[in-house]
Amino acid sequence: MRRLFAVWHARNLEFLRDRGALLFTLILPLSIIVGMGFIFGGPPRPLFKVGVVGAPVNTLADPFLHERYTQFVPVENIVAGLKEVRRQRIDLLFAPGDPPRYWVNTDSPKGYVIEKLLLAADPQAHRLPVTGKAVRYIDWLFPGILAMNLMFSCLFGVGYVVLQYRQSGFLKRLHATPLTAFEFLTAQVFSRLSIIVFITVALYLGVGTLIGFHNSGNVALLLLLLVLGSLSMIALGLTIAARFTSQELVNGLLNLLTWPMMLLSGVWFSLAGSPRWVRWIADALPLTQLLHAARAVMLYGAGLQQIAPNLLYLAAVTLVFLAFGAWSFKWRI
Amino acid sequence: MSTPILEVRTLVKHYPGVTAVDGVSFAVPEGMCFGLLGPNGAGKTTTIEIMEGILPPTSGEVRYRGEPLNARFREEAGILFQATALQNFLTVHQSVAMFRGLYGRGLDVEEVLRLCSLEKLAHRDNRKLSGGQRQRLLLAVALVNDPAVLFLDEPTTGLDPQARRNFWELVRSIKAQGKTILLTTHYMEEAEMLCDEIAIMDRGRLIAQGPPERLLREHFAEVLLELPRAEFPESARQLPIEFIEASDRVEITTDDLDATLRTLIEAHVPLRNLRIRPANLEDLFLELTGRELRS
Repeated sequence: MRRLFAVWHARNLEFLRDRGALLFTLILPLSIIVGMGFIFGGPPRPLFKVGVVGAPVNTLADPFLHERYTQFVPVENIVAGLKEVRRQRIDLLFAPGDPPRYWVNTDSPKGYVIEKLLLAADPQAHRLPVTGKAVRYIDWLFPGILAMNLMFSCLFGVGYVVLQYRQSGFLKRLHATPLTAFEFLTAQVFSRLSIIVFITVALYLGVGTLIGFHNSGNVALLLLLLVLGSLSMIALGLTIAARFTSQELVNGLLNLLTWPMMLLSGVWFSLAGSPRWVRWIADALPLTQLLHAARAVMLYGAGLQQIAPNLLYLAAVTLVFLAFGAWSFKWRI
Repeated sequence: MSTPILEVRTLVKHYPGVTAVDGVSFAVPEGMCFGLLGPNGAGKTTTIEIMEGILPPTSGEVRYRGEPLNARFREEAGILFQATALQNFLTVHQSVAMFRGLYGRGLDVEEVLRLCSLEKLAHRDNRKLSGGQRQRLLLAVALVNDPAVLFLDEPTTGLDPQARRNFWELVRSIKAQGKTILLTTHYMEEAEMLCDEIAIMDRGRLIAQGPPERLLREHFAEVLLELPRAEFPESARQLPIEFIEASDRVEITTDDLDATLRTLIEAHVPLRNLRIRPANLEDLFLELTGRELRS
């Protein structure tokens, strides 16, 4: 029992003195709980989403617009609204007037139900049918899973390995050779980049075929996105590993990065409708940028011009973090 | 006189609360095996790591071929740290080849493996080596750039006597190629066996420097008599003999063995466990500091 206590006590001291690790053990779950509360909390979610032409929505324009459990979102014009109806991102598009007109996707089950509610509230409404398949959840999820795998592989693969090199003294040995910090870091970047590009392409081809995924966009553009996204994550991992020597601290920092990205980047669900500040944070995360662009290309066939802002953001993140990582890099413990 | 290949000038290294190296200066001529000898904590490793360019000194400087440490030094230095980790999952051959890739010039990987008797282990995972084999691999890594100067920091600590002797043989063959070697050790036998010149370090300072034989000659008369401390009576302390007390023994130095023995016999000092031997570097350290090398 005394021996057990001695080891228990020594381990507690070790942990408590590693301030960084202690901090993250507290901060991480706290931030996850608070974050989840903001995303999922609040009043019950609406059952239907209806686009209303002409912003802002004037609820007095039609009795239908008083309907409960239905979210009415303003839509700029009919063309933009129709695109959303076709993709089943909104269940119905409504244009108040005399008579009011509405567009409903005949392929959408929710469209069928909300149409009944609309006709009960306003029998005068004039029907205009639209067709178009919804994006399957699996197709929507697929780019997210690939991106998440990429994030974990890059952050932990680089961050942990460099930390382990430093802890074991291998970095110190390399420091005694003509190798420069820049060369070492560049080699790490390209090693991880080639590994993750290979793995992602293999997963894309393998799992993509299995689930019958169809890419609507340009493959070369996707590859460019893959390279830039990986680089930004590797750079982030290197920044974390550049200086620190405590495994628990690095672990905490990596978790602090990966958890928000996993939850806020829209891997699992869309963040449309969450508070504005949550979306601001989400947009700053490189995974959000990567995923947004990847979905735009894979699901909707977006071109270079449409995802250029995302690409630029990823490139900027890469440069900033690589520069910071190289500047703060430490060879020895 | 030609410029020494390595020169250390008034080196000082402070750590919070401790001065590890306290104004050390020495020069190493090309082709020499120079030994830094001292107990653990004497500042040997700090000194050698500053010389290797791994640690920045608090003050003082290190010169390689008359110039401050530069890119040329990194190309021409071979280094074996006290504890070096290599990458996991790599074989002996792959580990050496990786380091070969870091240098502009050097030896063939196969040649280095042969030099360090590692040919048969070339395809073994480097984590599955014995202590002696591992140390030979680290030496191979240090030799891969065909260095002009080789740093060996306590290269045989932790090796069994046989592996240690094998390692010494290797170092001797490297020395025979005319390479300059800088060695730290706390084994006086190792220093005597390998070094042309030694510097004895204690508490961050050099307390003696020169070829081992000369130092011994300067500090010791011909022979040394050893008696168990318990058998050295209090009364014998008044005798006209020169002695030092170690933890378990008394060491008497003399240049007239007969006279000293007569004195001891007349004083009835029991001589049953008396040992007579020539002085070694360990005795020198004891003589200089009043402490034992491995205390």
